[in-house]
Amino acid sequence: MFHRESGYYKTSYASDSALYPLPIARFAVAGFAILFFVVAPLAVSSYYLTILNLVGIAIVGALGLNILVGLTGQISIGHAAFMSVGAYTAANLATRFDLPFWITLPAGGLMAAAIGIVVGFPSVRIKGLYLAISTLAAQFIIDWFIVHTPAISGGFQASIQVPRPTVFGIVLDTQRELYLFILVIVVIAIVVALNIARSRVGRAFIAIRDQDIAAEILGIDVRRYKLMAFAISSFYAGVTGVLYTYYSGVANNEFFPLVVSIDYLAMVIIGGMGSVLGAIFGATFVTLLPIAIDLVMSSLGPYLIDDMGTLSGIKSHMRLILFGGLIMFFLVVEPDGLNRLWLNIRSYFRVWPFSY
Amino acid sequence: MSVASTAGDVTLSVNGVSKYFGGVRAVDDVSVDIPTGDIFSIIGPNGAGKTSLVNMISGFYTPNTGSIVFNGEDITERRPNERAQRGIARTFQNIALFAGMNVLENLMLGRHIHMKSNLLSACVYWGPNQREEVRHRARCEEIIDFLKLNDLRKQSTGALAYGFQKRVELGRALALEPTLLLLDEPMAGMNSEEKEDMARYILDVNEQLGTTIILIEHDMGVVMDISTHIAVLDQGTKIAEGTPAEIQANPAVIAAYLGTSH
Repeated sequence: MFHRESGYYKTSYASDSALYPLPIARFAVAGFAILFFVVAPLAVSSYYLTILNLVGIAIVGALGLNILVGLTGQISIGHAAFMSVGAYTAANLATRFDLPFWITLPAGGLMAAAIGIVVGFPSVRIKGLYLAISTLAAQFIIDWFIVHTPAISGGFQASIQVPRPTVFGIVLDTQRELYLFILVIVVIAIVVALNIARSRVGRAFIAIRDQDIAAEILGIDVRRYKLMAFAISSFYAGVTGVLYTYYSGVANNEFFPLVVSIDYLAMVIIGGMGSVLGAIFGATFVTLLPIAIDLVMSSLGPYLIDDMGTLSGIKSHMRLILFGGLIMFFLVVEPDGLNRLWLNIRSYFRVWPFSY
Repeated sequence: MSVASTAGDVTLSVNGVSKYFGGVRAVDDVSVDIPTGDIFSIIGPNGAGKTSLVNMISGFYTPNTGSIVFNGEDITERRPNERAQRGIARTFQNIALFAGMNVLENLMLGRHIHMKSNLLSACVYWGPNQREEVRHRARCEEIIDFLKLNDLRKQSTGALAYGFQKRVELGRALALEPTLLLLDEPMAGMNSEEKEDMARYILDVNEQLGTTIILIEHDMGVVMDISTHIAVLDQGTKIAEGTPAEIQANPAVIAAYLGTSH
């Protein structure tokens, strides 16, 4: 209906590879920018802004994992451990050296990237399930190492209080300020992910995913690019960890257990592997699902079950059951995920209301 | 790499190369020199070791014995991607296109070794990276014109007809601007019109771009028509080498293909 290619002629190769070639798409992006940058912080209450913040943080992490899993076809069940690395790097830098966020944020990412390269080394030799197990090992090793090294974890209960980030002298201590801070990082993360995907590096990643033998014959250094994918993905994870640390005001390894790694894999799969939009959809969906389930159960539950104890027990289990069920549903019905659903809707409305 | 290529030069020489898989001698002490500018065909019955030989040239197998010298450099120990950077490209017997990408992106991957952009410039995209993209896009468009793939450039390669897939794979190899092009059965499974087209493209590449070509093909009509030299493998050993006319008259070749009467 609105999203229609006809009538717009591309007159240069650059315009053909633009991110948003159609005017309607540019309007949509501008609309979303106004919505998220202006309307949301003014109109949304601080409780819902915390949810938006969680979604934003999850988007950054999912974008990173999507580059590794969706684009390059490797797998990592240690994504949460890299977040932990980023979180503690930033926390230590912020508390010991009193460094500002614009140093701790990239530093957390870089530290995670460095460790990600080490963890990625097995990918040079092994694939699939074997790689999954070796990254699983990394999850536990990194976690154990952080907890048992007081110099990193701050000793008691492995948790470090972190001061709120400061931008231009303003301390970001309300959800509204944090929201804008996280939003800017999310936008940068999205643009970078889109740019990587449409450039030489991204094509090399996809080549390795589709046909690693043919990729090598085209002169792509497969080992180097696999490690690069691990580095980028871990960098994103590290940044995610830093954001979460600033969001919650504390760095703690209990925020980043194995189950979080699985959650992020679920985001990438449910959203649609290999697509930036899919990672955004997946992160939003997986973050909102437990909150939505909670909301529904809290409002409907008391009418069905009298005992509050039983109800909260059911609630926490319901979340897991629905979560698992949805992953199965998506794998069977729409292996390409939420992104495919969106593309289907879009292509249906492309010529609507006409039939062709 | 600008090696002066005059007639009589050797682009690739394979010296006493063998490849064993357990007890099987897939290739056994084969030596062959590929003259610059040749269309050099390697023929032989199934299991003769043709693909194994090409795999050693492109770097997937390391030979058990012998050496491979390309443009005067010993590349026996080089990895496949390093050989690609030195100017060796190939196509595969069973098509190895990137099915998740469209024709244009597949060709752009062929430009990978000629592009400079790294991770940092890719993150920013605008600026040098974009200018490079546009520049190499223009080169890919030349190949698209050459192979008449204009209508298909935005089509996903997974959905293309077999003949087109073969053509795209040739285009992707050409995008590397190789000095040596290895074609592993480029016409297998094609009808005669498609074979004619493909033969024409191979001749054009050889004549217009001056690319040296090593061709593995089972269609003897095509092989005899377009080759400058032919080597015949049987059970891992080279049994004959020469011009098409010499090969056709060679009794050992006739015996290998038709069998001898006992």
